[in-house]
Amino acid sequence: MKIDKNTINKIARLSRIKLDDKESEDYIKDLNSILDWVEHLNEVNTENVEPLSNISSSILPKREDVSNDANSSEEILENAPDKLEGFFAVPKVVE
Amino acid sequence: MSQSSLKQTLKDLDTKKISIRELNQDYLKRIKEKENLNIFIHFSEENVLKQIDNLEKDNSAKKLKGIPIAIKDLFCTKSMPTTAASKILENFNPTYESFVTQKLLDEGSIFVGKTNLDEFAMGSATNTSFFGNTINPLSKENEPLAPGGSSGGSAAAVAADLCLGATGTDTGGSIRQPASFCGVVGIKPTYGLCSRWGIAAFASSLDQAGIFSHNVEDASILLQSIAGFDQRDSTSAKVDIPNYFENLDDDLNGKTVGIPREYSIDGTPMEISQIWEDAIKFLEKKGVKIKKISLPHTKYALPTYYIIAPAEASSNLARYDGVKYGFRSDEINSLDEMYENTRAQGFGREVKRRILIGTYVLSAGYYDAYYLKAQKVRKLIADDFNKAFKECDFIVTPTAPSAAFPLNEKQSDPIKMYLNDVFTVPASLAGLPGISIPFGKDKNNLPLGIQILGKHFDEQQVFNTALSLERSYE
Repeated sequence: MKIDKNTINKIARLSRIKLDDKESEDYIKDLNSILDWVEHLNEVNTENVEPLSNISSSILPKREDVSNDANSSEEILENAPDKLEGFFAVPKVVE
Repeated sequence: MSQSSLKQTLKDLDTKKISIRELNQDYLKRIKEKENLNIFIHFSEENVLKQIDNLEKDNSAKKLKGIPIAIKDLFCTKSMPTTAASKILENFNPTYESFVTQKLLDEGSIFVGKTNLDEFAMGSATNTSFFGNTINPLSKENEPLAPGGSSGGSAAAVAADLCLGATGTDTGGSIRQPASFCGVVGIKPTYGLCSRWGIAAFASSLDQAGIFSHNVEDASILLQSIAGFDQRDSTSAKVDIPNYFENLDDDLNGKTVGIPREYSIDGTPMEISQIWEDAIKFLEKKGVKIKKISLPHTKYALPTYYIIAPAEASSNLARYDGVKYGFRSDEINSLDEMYENTRAQGFGREVKRRILIGTYVLSAGYYDAYYLKAQKVRKLIADDFNKAFKECDFIVTPTAPSAAFPLNEKQSDPIKMYLNDVFTVPASLAGLPGISIPFGKDKNNLPLGIQILGKHFDEQQVFNTALSLERSYE
């Protein structure tokens, strides 16, 4: 078993998702079954194979490096759950 | 009166046989009648009427003037909220318009509403939406069927004739599979053909916008409208967009079709093997050379996809933190608690599952074993297609391993659910264009789909083959 209680807690923490005990157990089961399944890839010999990260990498056009102002700060803040004097507002971090 | 062809409707509008208002009121009426199917997340009659008013005042000629189009609720729209079917974006009102929807607005189309989908496009049945299931319009009474997914709302909107076309997005089959389930045409173009700007990101190296329509001709008209280069999407391709519709040609004489032997999978229903054979026989009659091809890494496509897509999703969905937009939890005693509770309460089960798996395969110590390995296998899968296309002009396969399944069919096993995409995922990994067209029915009279795959940016050949098969079926 690759994913145990400690691992799921660690991943949940990295993902910033709080899980209750029931959820943790469910995800341990799901993730282990998915990881067992993707393990099939180990059958494939990938020695000297370049990883493919971007299918369109060969056709990427360049552009001029010029700045432009696409959005006003007002628009950017429009959907913020909490804002203060032109900034996003979050719970106090520093005492 | 029902207009179920975009091409014909454009003619009727042009000759004043029907007005924009009459046309759209007809659609509004049907949308209200079909409310029980839960096809739209956002629908406002007032908004549609306002668009009609504005178009009536507009004297300029526009290619899609007055045409009712449904928009998958993954595309940011200024005039309507955008949710990605997630609680975390429940109250999100974009301040900008996606590239694809802007193109459609520029051409004068009318947005009838935002369609339902799997949350953040993660699913194959439109059953992970925060806003509830969409019901396949082809369902019999008391036997609700799934419309497929993730673009199930858009496929259903076309099937129920609530619009003349709809936008979708396809990451691993999210246009082609619901098109097959709902008996409509759905095309996912080459990766990079349509800008992803303004589409809520799921897996950026796979996501691609596309079209649902009643027939192949309509799809060719609409795809041309949404394609094009955009410098705000760094993977947008700078290629010439042909006039697909004008260039349509169903003469396939002398072409070669590739039939991949790896797509004959144990457990595929007889009916699906049968329509595949029928399609091949028809092509042969049209003078097409049949070539058996091999795509040897096909069986590794799904596991590859289910590493790469969640990995990219875990990174893309990090932006939903309760700070910049969308939902924020009330339980916020500290910054970390705000993040963790917001995301715990804002995301649904499938989305969390994929974020967790993606985080795991990208985490220190596992990156090489999972993510890098998957990227290498992805290269082999893409190479399989490159080799195959040296011997053939297009590839024909079934679209999905089943017809539409019952809505309440328990899909508790995630892997079983992922198998829905077995025929569509390989082309997604390779970035190839693919279309699904209705082709035959199963024993319950439900539509089945045939998929046609083409070379990169050879949408024209995909359309031509689709048109030929469509005509044979008619």
